[in-house]
Amino acid sequence: MSYNNQRIAYGNTLVELGKDDPRIVVLDADLGGSTMGKMFEQAYPERHFEMGIAEADMTSVAAGLAQTGKIPFTNSFAAFAAGRAYDQIRQTIAIGKLNVKICGSSSGLSDFGDGATHQCVEDMAIMRAIPNMTVLCPADANETVEAVKAMARMQGPCYIRLNRNDYENVTKEGEPFKIGVPKVLKDGHDVAVFATGYMVGEAMKAAEELEGKISVKVINISTIKPLNAEAVLEAAGDCRAIVTAEEHSVLCGLGSAISEVLCKDPRPIEFVGVQDTFGCSAHNYKELLDYFGLNAEKVKEAVEKMAAY
Amino acid sequence: MGYDRQLINRLENMAKQIRRDIVTCVGVGVAGHIGGSNSSADIVTALYFYKMKHDPSNPQMKERDRFLLSKGHVGILQYSALAESGYFPVEDLKHVKELGFYLQGHPDVIKTPGIEAGTGSLGQGLSIGLGMALGQKLDGLDSKTYVLVGDGEIAEGQIWEAAMAASAFHADNLVAIVDRNRLQANGKVKERFDSGDIIAKFLSFGWNVIEIDGHNMEEILTALDAADEVKGIPTVIVANTVKGKGLSFAENVVGYHNGTLTEDTYRQAMEELA
Repeated sequence: MSYNNQRIAYGNTLVELGKDDPRIVVLDADLGGSTMGKMFEQAYPERHFEMGIAEADMTSVAAGLAQTGKIPFTNSFAAFAAGRAYDQIRQTIAIGKLNVKICGSSSGLSDFGDGATHQCVEDMAIMRAIPNMTVLCPADANETVEAVKAMARMQGPCYIRLNRNDYENVTKEGEPFKIGVPKVLKDGHDVAVFATGYMVGEAMKAAEELEGKISVKVINISTIKPLNAEAVLEAAGDCRAIVTAEEHSVLCGLGSAISEVLCKDPRPIEFVGVQDTFGCSAHNYKELLDYFGLNAEKVKEAVEKMAAY
Repeated sequence: MGYDRQLINRLENMAKQIRRDIVTCVGVGVAGHIGGSNSSADIVTALYFYKMKHDPSNPQMKERDRFLLSKGHVGILQYSALAESGYFPVEDLKHVKELGFYLQGHPDVIKTPGIEAGTGSLGQGLSIGLGMALGQKLDGLDSKTYVLVGDGEIAEGQIWEAAMAASAFHADNLVAIVDRNRLQANGKVKERFDSGDIIAKFLSFGWNVIEIDGHNMEEILTALDAADEVKGIPTVIVANTVKGKGLSFAENVVGYHNGTLTEDTYRQAMEELA
């Protein structure tokens, strides 16, 4: 079954996982209608916990459930899942390597209407800084299905960030997914674009538009942590410059993670992302992305600039 | 309810032994949480040596009752109870907080056998305990989860999130124990940040409330047993205690929240607990 929305893919995948595995439990904080935790609630009401508008409690309760052998998924908007519950995640889940899965829904700018309070452009930064944490950011709905299955299979804490809106898939349905393995979606030898989440599709569009002029390699980094340094170095190959693209602050997200690796084999890097600022409200997603320079056109400009090196 | 005098004697002696172990953990010249360990010592003794189903040779036994130290800074109290139960050697208590050792300043679920979850950032243990209680219910177990919280700690808002949630989920297998020693790190709870009428607060959150003298072993056992009889709502035992109990120089002294023993006070402590 193919979806064109990460939340829908997530909700359906949880239901599918829950069918065969009674250890799967799901917790929501009054946003189940948006996170799609409601789908699990409808399918397995006895294994869904409505924790009220209390994300800190929800997160610690999940820790307790994990310690009785359950595989809890906690859902909220990324701003609350990663932000409000940071201390609960750090103290009990991450230090103890507990088997809790945290879903940061409506991440990045994807909750376009709600403005800065709800648009989390720093969740990957927060989660990446925590030892023992795995951080996933799938490119699209297809990859979300496989990523959620992989996070349920792995042992230990894992954060996944998901987009709120509908958009076209750039990866294939049912493609095998392994945590920590970057995927080259398009080969090239001038400039390598490392992209994550929604920006993977924009990077692909940019690469196609530049076809014949600049040879652009596009790499999908859907595991932000652990970042496979060897694979990143190999993917960068002999490209003479690098572009990173993420719907996240350019500080401490994908761009920083890639830089931390490529400083061992240095070459110029341009960062496409939110430039250390908060989001704001807009009437539609595309308009907001354009305002913050998160589109194929900006990736293209960055590639052209870097190709001049 | 009457308890066998021998049982009470045995538990009182164990509580005294645990207080000696606490002093051993702290040692001389290194700060340790003496005050709050001693105020909770009788309660924790009753849990480990009377009330809880647990097996030191099989810490992961599925049917076990669980204990969470939400006031994680008194880890040395839990280590003493675990060591005396047989989870690890009593001699190891001398090495608490040594670099690289398995007995950390706060409970560590990976490093130390018998610890159910890491605690230390205050206010989170009741939520973690609720998660365990819900897990026990999902597994159809007739097991309980006990959570010890401090009366200073309940300033943390998450305690009240958990209090609401435990009621909403009818978690009658969750028992909170508030160690009401009336002191926090920087002074009297009433003066620093008044936690008000704890009993009325928990009652209004839909809990069964039992108030006891937290140093009277018979009252502790009675309360723990009474909690078994309550169906449909969680129980909180509000235990009135004395911070530093058992050490004349430390009783009700704020400075012994995280205090240091000299060779003289160490010797005096051991003599008073002999």
